[in-house]
Amino acid sequence: MAFKSEDDAKAYWKENVGIMIKLLIVWFVVSFGCGILFVEELNAIKIGGYKLGFWFAQQGAIYSFVILTLVYAKLMASLDRKYGVDDE
Amino acid sequence: MELQTLTYIVVGLTFALYMGIAVWARAGSTKEFYVAGGGINPVANGMATAADWMSAASFISMAGLIAFMGYGGSVFLMGWTGGFVLLAMLLAPYLRKYGKFTVPEFIGDRFYSKTARIVAVVCLIICSVTYVIGQMKGIGVAFSRFLEVSYDVGLLIGMFIVFFYAVLGGMKGITYTQIAQFCVLILAYTIPAIFISLNLTGNPIPQLGLGSTIVGSDVYLLDRLDQVVGELGFAEYTTQARLSTVNMFAYTMSLMIGTAGLPHVIIRFFTVPKVKDARASAFWALIFISILYTTAPAVAGMARLNLISTIEPTAGENLVYDERPQWFKNWETTGLLEFEDKNGDGKILYTADPAKNEMVKIDRDIMVLANPEIAQLPNWVIALVAAGGLAAALSTAAGLLLAISSAVSHDLLKGVIAPDITEKQELMASRIAMAAAIAGAGYLGFNPPDFAAGTVALAFGLAASSIFPALMMGIFSKRINKEGAITGMVAGITVTLLYVFQHKGIMFVPGTSFLGDLPANWFLGIEPNAFGVVGAVVNFSIAYVVSMMTSEPPQEVQDLVEHIRVPSGVEEAHDH
Repeated sequence: MAFKSEDDAKAYWKENVGIMIKLLIVWFVVSFGCGILFVEELNAIKIGGYKLGFWFAQQGAIYSFVILTLVYAKLMASLDRKYGVDDE
Repeated sequence: MELQTLTYIVVGLTFALYMGIAVWARAGSTKEFYVAGGGINPVANGMATAADWMSAASFISMAGLIAFMGYGGSVFLMGWTGGFVLLAMLLAPYLRKYGKFTVPEFIGDRFYSKTARIVAVVCLIICSVTYVIGQMKGIGVAFSRFLEVSYDVGLLIGMFIVFFYAVLGGMKGITYTQIAQFCVLILAYTIPAIFISLNLTGNPIPQLGLGSTIVGSDVYLLDRLDQVVGELGFAEYTTQARLSTVNMFAYTMSLMIGTAGLPHVIIRFFTVPKVKDARASAFWALIFISILYTTAPAVAGMARLNLISTIEPTAGENLVYDERPQWFKNWETTGLLEFEDKNGDGKILYTADPAKNEMVKIDRDIMVLANPEIAQLPNWVIALVAAGGLAAALSTAAGLLLAISSAVSHDLLKGVIAPDITEKQELMASRIAMAAAIAGAGYLGFNPPDFAAGTVALAFGLAASSIFPALMMGIFSKRINKEGAITGMVAGITVTLLYVFQHKGIMFVPGTSFLGDLPANWFLGIEPNAFGVVGAVVNFSIAYVVSMMTSEPPQEVQDLVEHIRVPSGVEEAHDH
């Protein structure tokens, strides 16, 4: 293991879980929130021909998922560098 | 050129390509056979994962499902993509760090138990076998509809192709053919969609076209669609929910965690060199998948509108049956469309009222299969759709067969029955297991069991209720022990299976369902296909309680958990 200390290892894991939870909250909000639970409220808003809730359920949630996985990969790469545990 | 000839040429060319790759990418070691040598570029792996994931159901059936379910069809769109977010953050990087060949192997090591490994193998085989039956049927159907060979001959040709590259090349051959298959299937899906969107809305991008106005008017396409389905007596397209909010929630969640727990997808992440490549791979896979998944709802809405405006060109003026277009006749001969002149006026009446409706059968698959003909696209596009459907079915079948055969040769044979065999012997065993898996899947394709229709949904329920929770707890908790993991998996699967069987019949045999398939009897109004998430909750809870009542895992297992949580020092996927 490449951590300098036991504390470093704990701090790394804590930050890792923190990033994950924040991104999973977004994951939940864009799909279950905007696409299912609050779909009726959002459908009152229209963007072009799309009702907003319907758009989230059939388009927006998927675009958000793509962005989330990209952000996750970037944030984790910089976290790895910060703690010197990246594999370079 | 004649459509038939053209289709033979296009499909023939793609098959020649797959065979060429098979010869070039032969596997020389178990590492090449199980994880393609472990050096696959993350973008390439993303493409292969996308083809691995997008099955005959995604390619042929999904747009049709959405076309008739409207907003309710969103459960498939969100469920089958959102699972990759879970896979990217909760499982893939850690399982890659662990660095072995199979999913049951991780469960066996983390829960220090051969029993746990065997339970995982059983879950894996049930999931993958049920799933592979659907692909085999897809291959047979694509052949019989486009190439006018019989279902059986088509299936045999498909088996031969898979046999060739999967037995020779294992994961290595499968990876490179999947990359080629992705290119074929995504072109075949998007080209007709672009043309249809252009025809209807003047916008070449289907994702934007669905939100645009119809050519020559200022009416939005979706508003028009809501209006015409309403006039025919159907529910409004953009707000038609799937049963209830609770059910849609449960269904979406079950598909998401089921997706993240499917072994044939997880093992694709063992083929990249490093942990950060596994994270990047998940992103690339999702990009490639989202091309099809954001196009599908556009195809769905536009195809439904095209179908209705063919049958009823102006409101109240129905199409005269004798004047129906050529594509209508073509699909009538295949039995996917059926007309019955109930009121005897010679015109086609399409309505939500089953007593009056004269379109007695509109197979949902037709929305993708007949799309190019409805939009009057050139013959080469139709030929490409045939090749695309076959690519989708073949790539998923190969991935599933590898998951099954490696569980047999690596987990059962090498892991439990005969640990002393040499690598050469194991490689031979894995080829034999692959050949046997293909033969078995082919047999089930020739004689699809009665329950085949319900099985893909079952595969998701089982993956969601057994494999996903076990993997997640294995990574995120040091306290869950073997007793907890085993009872959790068994309880999760049992609850899910019982719920499905009590409503759908034991092994889907009609008449053996002891509660009847009555929505009134559904727990919280959740349909059986959406029950995986409840099974997962049961799994998590039981595993936690049992673990707390029994002793904590040994120190070396806790060290293993520490080890997989750190990205550095990754070794390439290995054996010991």
